[in-house]
Amino acid sequence: MHGHNEALFLEEISSFLGLYYLFLAALNAGAAFYLWRRGRGIRLIGPIRSFHCWLLLALLFTMIAPLAFSGDPQVMRWISLPPSVRDFIDWLMGPVVYSVGTVAVLTVLFVGRRFFVKPTVAWLMLNGALLFMGLAMTDPDFADIVRKPDNVPIVGLIYLLGYFTWLGAYLAVENDKRIQQGLPPKEKELDEKVLVWPDLVYTELICMIAVTALLFVWAICIKAPLEEPASAVKTPNPSKAPWYFLGLQEMLVYYDPWMAGVVLPSLIIFGLMAIPYLDFNKKGNGYYTIDERKFSYIVFQFGFIVLWVTLIVLGTFLRGPNWNFFGPFETWDPHKVEALNNVDLSEFFWVRWLQRARPRPPEDAGMLIKVGVILIRELPGILLLIGYFAITPAAMVVWSRFFRELFKKMGLFRYMTMMFLLQVMLLLPVKMVCRWSFNLKYFIAIPEWMLNF
Amino acid sequence: MPSLSEIIRHSQIWKSIFRHPAPVDRRNRVVVMLTNFFLHLHPVSIKKQGIALSYTWCMGGVTFFLFLVETVTGVLLMFYYRPTLEWAYKDILALRDVMSMGILRELHRWGAHAMVITVWLHMYRVFLTGSYKPPREFNWVIGVILLLLTLLLSFTGYLLPWDQLAIWAITVGSNMARATPILGHEGPGSQLLTVDGIPMITNASDARFALLGARFVGEETLNRFYVLHCIALPLAVAFLLAIHFWRVRKDGGISGPL
Ligand code: HEM
Repeated sequence: MHGHNEALFLEEISSFLGLYYLFLAALNAGAAFYLWRRGRGIRLIGPIRSFHCWLLLALLFTMIAPLAFSGDPQVMRWISLPPSVRDFIDWLMGPVVYSVGTVAVLTVLFVGRRFFVKPTVAWLMLNGALLFMGLAMTDPDFADIVRKPDNVPIVGLIYLLGYFTWLGAYLAVENDKRIQQGLPPKEKELDEKVLVWPDLVYTELICMIAVTALLFVWAICIKAPLEEPASAVKTPNPSKAPWYFLGLQEMLVYYDPWMAGVVLPSLIIFGLMAIPYLDFNKKGNGYYTIDERKFSYIVFQFGFIVLWVTLIVLGTFLRGPNWNFFGPFETWDPHKVEALNNVDLSEFFWVRWLQRARPRPPEDAGMLIKVGVILIRELPGILLLIGYFAITPAAMVVWSRFFRELFKKMGLFRYMTMMFLLQVMLLLPVKMVCRWSFNLKYFIAIPEWMLNF
Repeated sequence: MPSLSEIIRHSQIWKSIFRHPAPVDRRNRVVVMLTNFFLHLHPVSIKKQGIALSYTWCMGGVTFFLFLVETVTGVLLMFYYRPTLEWAYKDILALRDVMSMGILRELHRWGAHAMVITVWLHMYRVFLTGSYKPPREFNWVIGVILLLLTLLLSFTGYLLPWDQLAIWAITVGSNMARATPILGHEGPGSQLLTVDGIPMITNASDARFALLGARFVGEETLNRFYVLHCIALPLAVAFLLAIHFWRVRKDGGISGPL
């Protein structure tokens, strides 16, 4: 469908891409130089050391750069993802693959963290991610979403978060090794005091200058967006909240607004504030470690990286018109229809399982009868949720040694608060899975009271 | 012959402003921290850990710096911007088209995005080093409120350009308030608040109305968000930041292994 347009697009993006590859080359050359000067590159095979590889990569990227600068469709084909790969990714991608895939990848990274935090491995992964980004940028649909001025920060966020997650994990793995050998964490060696002037004051000054410079470059390169004047009658499709709230907007797919927009955000804030009062583990105070506080580490990472950031990325890049899901290389077609026939739990129970109509209060019934009938109709969901919130915490204490320890150390009130927050958090993925696997709409559906859950 | 810089540094004016010459020895490096208003936020000496970039990532500091950048560029923008239906959009347009080399709006907008990111990273760092553990529990709580305020600052500012992007993002965002339990007119439990069969919570009296000042995003909303964005929220942030920094010092400086 593109043809002429595609050629125009490639020309437009070529100078950016060329600079991008030069930047990658500089990055690798810099790394190679740094390692060589310090004599720090690890030995790979025979005399070949890691900085030789980075130098080679730098050369490779330098050679790619002119191809990108050319802007010629025939040449650019060589530095693009082949259409078949793009189609395959689009076909494969869906909310299920995306979410489950992210969790799977993060789990692998976590379990194999001792391997993945190695600088050589991490640098290779960074190169891979950057190269993929470059290869994908020649796709107009991909470039369209990524280059939207308000989306640029999210691309930055992804890389920054990747970097800092690596850094935190790297320092933690180092410390965990030391602790295993009976040594104190590395931070302990930095116990001696130094004067704030000049050490800290100058660091701060340099940080400020760096941030200012970055902000200026960003401001000069990318114009702040300004669309048509506001109009209350022309609704854009999709209408999206600002990017940092897109995780909440994504939750609207699974929850009604009173949950996704009010109750859950309040609980997120409350839960964050509660962390210091729930985490009674005295270890891991003031230094990086994972082994000494695995449980809290996993819980926080799950909440922050999986539920907060991945949902934002999903909401920003993969949700198009009508909040339908679109693969990263798919054109946002407003006419795409997705069949939605979601079913409430009460319907599953009464209609499909017991094969009878759902109980309905007689028209002229009194208030109490109406309430009673509604409650009976929704009994399966109500029981399920009561069971989930009341029985699980007790069952965990009975069955799991770990939770029994938690319960003993925390006491009833703190334990129940923690379990409630954890379970609310877990209910989102639970609900997602129920939706994907049997189109479940609500556990409890009482539209009469606008109370759907 | 004294050089020009020496003449300046020995003048009465210079000395009256900077009580101390650039410190080179230990004694003076201590004194400068105590006599300079801007530096007195800091202690005189600090564990090496507290200045290790790999430990703090400097993210709290960068967030604070971005807050200052936002304040300065925000004040400059206020000189140009009128929060009315008639002018809001046109003033923003003029900032783009009339001001030569104008990147004021860009600095402010990208600075705001960056601040949201750096607050998250700061929180992330504080979590990863377990720095919220005693005695710093309460400073973490203050931090969470600061995080919320930062997001609200960004959110209220999003409306001000008054373009399609702005009003629809705010419409989507504020529609949720309609469904607040009890207090939103489409929220569960709102029917409970009826007097003689007349509902008390309607679309003209619910939580969303309080937020928008109207039944839909309109001029009242623009005014409300403008005041929140330029006055109320920044003051709240500044107030909490003062406590946040003070607590960092009183809780024993930057955290470290015991
Ligand atoms: C406007 C937002 C914020 C600003 C400007 C800010 C600024 C700072 C600064 C400059 C420090 C000194 C150490 C460092 O740079 O890391 C600090 C420490 C701290 N911040 Fe924040 N902060 C903000 C938000 C938060 C948030 C969202 C949290 C947590 C939820 C938080 C919790 C803490 C804690 C617990 C410390 C002490 C850390 C330690 O001793 O290692 N702050 N903050």
